[in-house]
Amino acid sequence: MKTAEQTGFFRFIMYELKPKGKIITPFNVIAGITILVAAYILFFRFKDGLGSVIHASQDLPWGLWINFNVITGVAFAGGAFVVTFMVYIMGMEKYRPIVRATVLYALLSYMFYAGALLLDLGRPWKVINPIIGNSFGISSVLFLVAWHFLLYMGSLFIEFSPTVTEWAAWKRWRKIAVKMTLAVVIFGIALSTLHQSGLGALFLMAKPKIHPLWYSEFIPLLFFISSIFAGLSLVIIMETINQRVFKQEMAFEFKSAHRSIMMSLARVCAVTMFVYLFMTILVFIHGNNFGFINTPYGYWYLVEVIGFVLIPCVIFLFGYNRRNLLLVRTAAIMAILGIVLNRLNISMIAYHWYDKGFHYPTWKEVVVSVAVIFVQILVFRWIIRRMPVYRGSPSWVKEEQHKKPQINQEKRRKLWKVSAE
Amino acid sequence: MGLDRRSFLKTLGVAGATLTLGKSFGASADPVSDTEFYGILYDSTRCVGCQSCEFACAEEYGLPFPTEAVETGVIKSTTDKQRVVINSYSTSKGDQFIRKSCNHCNNPACASACLTKAMYKTEEGPVIWREDKCMGCRSCMISCPFDIPKFEYDSPNPKVEKCRMCYERMQNGSMPACVEVCPPEALLFGKRRDLIEIARTRIYTEPEKYHHAIYGEHEVGGTGLLTISAVPFEELGLRKDLGNTSYPEYSKTFLYSVPAVLILWPAFLLGLHNSVKERKKNKLNQEEEEQS
Repeated sequence: MKTAEQTGFFRFIMYELKPKGKIITPFNVIAGITILVAAYILFFRFKDGLGSVIHASQDLPWGLWINFNVITGVAFAGGAFVVTFMVYIMGMEKYRPIVRATVLYALLSYMFYAGALLLDLGRPWKVINPIIGNSFGISSVLFLVAWHFLLYMGSLFIEFSPTVTEWAAWKRWRKIAVKMTLAVVIFGIALSTLHQSGLGALFLMAKPKIHPLWYSEFIPLLFFISSIFAGLSLVIIMETINQRVFKQEMAFEFKSAHRSIMMSLARVCAVTMFVYLFMTILVFIHGNNFGFINTPYGYWYLVEVIGFVLIPCVIFLFGYNRRNLLLVRTAAIMAILGIVLNRLNISMIAYHWYDKGFHYPTWKEVVVSVAVIFVQILVFRWIIRRMPVYRGSPSWVKEEQHKKPQINQEKRRKLWKVSAE
Repeated sequence: MGLDRRSFLKTLGVAGATLTLGKSFGASADPVSDTEFYGILYDSTRCVGCQSCEFACAEEYGLPFPTEAVETGVIKSTTDKQRVVINSYSTSKGDQFIRKSCNHCNNPACASACLTKAMYKTEEGPVIWREDKCMGCRSCMISCPFDIPKFEYDSPNPKVEKCRMCYERMQNGSMPACVEVCPPEALLFGKRRDLIEIARTRIYTEPEKYHHAIYGEHEVGGTGLLTISAVPFEELGLRKDLGNTSYPEYSKTFLYSVPAVLILWPAFLLGLHNSVKERKKNKLNQEEEEQS
């Protein structure tokens, strides 16, 4: 492999832009076709209006692009704030191998799901209004979410930038980026807390329109707690896939640590899911919703809460106790489905529940939704194959790190002497 | 005694919270008490279902004229092409008409949900939509308890359509188009306070004729469109389960907690980080001690 130092930066970039690996693979073909079809659909979306593409309804204003890609997708990007919390704040070095991949996944999620948001905006050319100008709707939850998205994207980029600087061999920039990490992580966790719950708070004013089983004034809290295990479950699945797909890109320490990291994550998931379940039951009792249980919506609610929260929670526990990776992965998939169910229930299925008939999204809507995810995966792969996400940092980084401990030890000895006196 | 770290942080948090919140909420906290909003009184018992208001509105705003006549039992909704609709319900007192349009809430959910202030509660009372600000996110539609804002899904340059109480006409001193044309004077335009008095007077002078309540006096914190009718409002398809709390209150608790979280949470995290680091350092030192 060539490095930027040897070839010059421009030639390095040109070299890296070339595709690596086989171009014609089943995945690439499917992804390529989906993206092309989506582009074709989007042309008409901008030419003839949203109604020509999505299931347009005055009663159900948000379609799949917002409810699935943005509201659900952002919950899955929650892994980044949990993992950075564990590693940088709590000093759990065990999770360090998955930090870079998790942060990268989250960064791309925010970038592309904010992109999906732009597609859904009726007047996207006005998107700058809440950011620049004199149109700040400060009392709006969405205003807060928009700003937090923007700031958090910046935070994630800085959190990820040590990897970029190592790839491009910008030694000085790397030092700066590493120094900023802690501050940005702390800022990012605060932002995540607020916008994960903020996505739930978007629905607070839709009180008369959401089925009482799903509406409560605690939606923001439930959204926040569930984003913790949603994000971690996605990390489990993502790592599982990456272990297979990026075998060649992965340094030994990443492969060897995989199993024990997954087990610890399973335990964290089980605990947060239990807390979430407990909160859900409290909200249920508090809302005095027993009367709704024996209705079709009540059964659907039980499917979500028992089938996709309680059961995966138990499986996580079992998987952790028996050190069984398969059980952990099954639980993670179920937890992910549960989150999708929960978010779509609140935003679509139990929204305007008193109307007759269910609004099915159109196939065009689905294609674009899936295409957004494909683009994200392709960019993710492009970066993993080039930057030291799993590969381990280049040798010069280690050399610089080796200098550090000596200074530290000396300092420590001095400090120790002072305190001993 | 002095100022220890905890009380310093507390003060900082409170000061920060008041600073940010004072600005954002102070102004719009309670517009009901000290402002005189204008409103429209709709007297269902006087309405004859002639649709003059629908035609006048369509003419005023260059929208297509309504094609369907009012028919009992066929319930229409306002659309992105029609801002006011007259429906007819068969009730305990025979067929009765009811107007459906924007209620112009005193403290509107749509305006509070809007992140660009495109939905805007004017000082005079009308809730208006401003084209130059709107980015088409449709969270006003999510938030409105009456499902009033309508979106032009079929346009590449979509607008959000809803009644604006003829705000521009109002500024020129004339009343809304629908009120002006209403032949049986079922619609009345004026200050909200006066309209409530007129409505009460009508109810008191003819207690047999009216249902003894004004829809919009207290509902969702009070609305600019006030309705009186012969029958209970549920029979006319008006929702009575919306409560008397103004809707922005529901997200207020969350919004109030934002500045506090943004200030206290990082401070807490930083403290946590330092204590973890300290403990690790101590551990290392201990190990070194044992070795030497």
